[in-house]
Amino acid sequence: MAGQGTTTDAAPADTGRHAYLKNGEARRPRIGPGLRTFLIFAVLVGLGALIFPSSYFYRVGTLVWINTLAVTGIVVLLGYVGLVSLGHAGFFAIGAYATAILPSYGIPSPLAMLAGVGMAGGLALIVGRPILKLSGYYLAIATLGLGMLIWMVLSKEAWLTGGPDGMVVSGMNARNLFKLVGLKLKSAEAWYWVAGFAAATGAAIAVNLARSPSGRALRAIHDSDVAARSLGVDVARAKSRAFVISAIYAAVAGALLALANGYITPETGGFMHSVEMVTMAVLGGATSVFGALVGALILTALPQVLTVFADYEHMVLGGIMVVTMIAMRRGLVPFIADLWNRRKS
Amino acid sequence: MTRQAVAAGISALALLAGAPALAEIRIGASLAITGPAAFLGDPEAKTLEMLVEELNASGGINGEEVELIVYDDGADPNKARTFATRLIEEDEVVAVIGGSSTGATMAMAPLFADYEIPFISLAGAVVIIDPVQEFVFKTPHTDRMACEKIFADITSRGLSRVGLISGTGGFGASMREQCLSVAEASGVEIVADESYGGSDSDMTPQLTNIAATDGIEAIVNPGFGQGPAVVTRNYAQLGLDLPFYQSHGVASDEFIKLAGDSANGVRLPATPLLIPDQLAEDDVQRQPVQDYIAAYEEAYGEKPSTFGGYAYDAFHLLVDAIERAGSTDPVEIRDALEATEGHAGVTGVYSFSPEDHMGLDLSAFRILEIEDGGWTPVEQ
Repeated sequence: MAGQGTTTDAAPADTGRHAYLKNGEARRPRIGPGLRTFLIFAVLVGLGALIFPSSYFYRVGTLVWINTLAVTGIVVLLGYVGLVSLGHAGFFAIGAYATAILPSYGIPSPLAMLAGVGMAGGLALIVGRPILKLSGYYLAIATLGLGMLIWMVLSKEAWLTGGPDGMVVSGMNARNLFKLVGLKLKSAEAWYWVAGFAAATGAAIAVNLARSPSGRALRAIHDSDVAARSLGVDVARAKSRAFVISAIYAAVAGALLALANGYITPETGGFMHSVEMVTMAVLGGATSVFGALVGALILTALPQVLTVFADYEHMVLGGIMVVTMIAMRRGLVPFIADLWNRRKS
Repeated sequence: MTRQAVAAGISALALLAGAPALAEIRIGASLAITGPAAFLGDPEAKTLEMLVEELNASGGINGEEVELIVYDDGADPNKARTFATRLIEEDEVVAVIGGSSTGATMAMAPLFADYEIPFISLAGAVVIIDPVQEFVFKTPHTDRMACEKIFADITSRGLSRVGLISGTGGFGASMREQCLSVAEASGVEIVADESYGGSDSDMTPQLTNIAATDGIEAIVNPGFGQGPAVVTRNYAQLGLDLPFYQSHGVASDEFIKLAGDSANGVRLPATPLLIPDQLAEDDVQRQPVQDYIAAYEEAYGEKPSTFGGYAYDAFHLLVDAIERAGSTDPVEIRDALEATEGHAGVTGVYSFSPEDHMGLDLSAFRILEIEDGGWTPVEQ
């Protein structure tokens, strides 16, 4: 490539600055990777809106973006640092239930959302330190226990949460946000835009995080705790930070879902939901925010397509998972990206 | 990175497919056919499919064929809401039956007000119809009514001091709360209140506590699944001779099998579906109950359940309303549905009104006593 030569020919100071970059990357126009991700997501959100014929499509689209947001948190934790959490539905549910419960105590929805996100982040910070000393299966089991505890509180404390039957979420409708600027949208469309914007922002932040010094520290931990520590990375602190960040992603997604649905049940915090989030990340490719998007898209939209062969739905979904795991171990997006690379070179 | 984006785009395009078909009168349903609540959704879906086939074979509604579109929401409120949107927007149904679970029902309910489509839920909780929502109806009776019925039977035997032993699952917890709230109005006093976990295998301590309570006269066990069978066996092992009541949650032949001989003498409130041959000749429910059982056994080779009965009633109420409305306009169907008067179903006799979207009274429940492994109606 031409770019390579220019870089090596440049002044010594410049070489120093770019030495660690891969071929060509230094020559790209100066749009930051975070902004670029945001723009790509924005285009996809807009593209969806262009082709969607009815509220039903907007509804499925909204769920795809909300799931993408939650799974982006899993990407930070699992893809960047290599930590498995089977309790993230718990944080998701904390965001959702705070948004549902607090308005009845006179706290407006946006503040309730913030409070829920704060609670989830706070809880992740408190339990993160002791839990994150564990690794591998032990960590998965500990987070599973945490998720179970949250689920139990939600389904047993009926006076607060409505118990197993769930509760109504009253409050903000996204439609009113758009009314402020003079746009009249159906509520399904309004939630689609809000969820799409949230997912795009979340993805941009996650991409920027990966490029930042603390993101590099996280990826160093992914390869080796010991090596990272010997390079001066505070491993415990970095892990805890990643755990809190991913909990915040889950809680924001939970709050959005609660508001968009208008009704929540303890199942949002159930074990199966935790597994679903991790599955989406692994299927799409846990190392990339686009993996989060593809995983969320497939597992949210495919069941809708498969209703035609409802009896075979689980077989098809299971088959896709098995084939992906055998043939494309790193997930769909990294696999297709690799193919693309190989063809080019 | 751009490559990854392109890869994402390709995967996205691969998913865009699928278009709905057109027919005469379309009725939608979103049920928990698989998943934890499949025991509700499976018989409900089977019942609806059977009834639609039957109806079309006999000429449909006012000469128009009926198409049923069923989706499996797995009792997930999130999916239920998506499917409800799809039924309304894509499939353009005139009415929706379903929501096997309360969560799924409540997640769907606001949509029907927005789109003005009538909706008949098959879930139990009181919140579905209290407060009344204009477009939301339901066919199952509530656990509050079960408590009232049990207490009425207890007081008719001249007793009043009751001990509760409740399961802590959703059903048991909700019914316990309802029983506590209607106790005073029904003229009984709750003198003991014990509970057990869903997977407990021995409830002797709780029963011993209740039996040792001063002046205790009867025991009621709100619960669902295995728990009540264990309680019943423990009750027999302890040799207690207090009148013992189970809930409508275990009103099935399965319960008698699980509890065995210890079940003899247990009373519970149930729908007439359990005693098709013992209903009086002039009982208005005799005909629908026997029809339903015969048709279901012929179609699927097994006995229908109470839950399938809810779907049976919902479908017939809806067909009846469409016939009376003489139109497939959803709002006119809703109005006709609300005007339903004295419709005899398998669960009970329905009379809807603007204030009552469940339309059942206590007569929908029959108190049955288990005798020699079978059901005997208790004369009242």
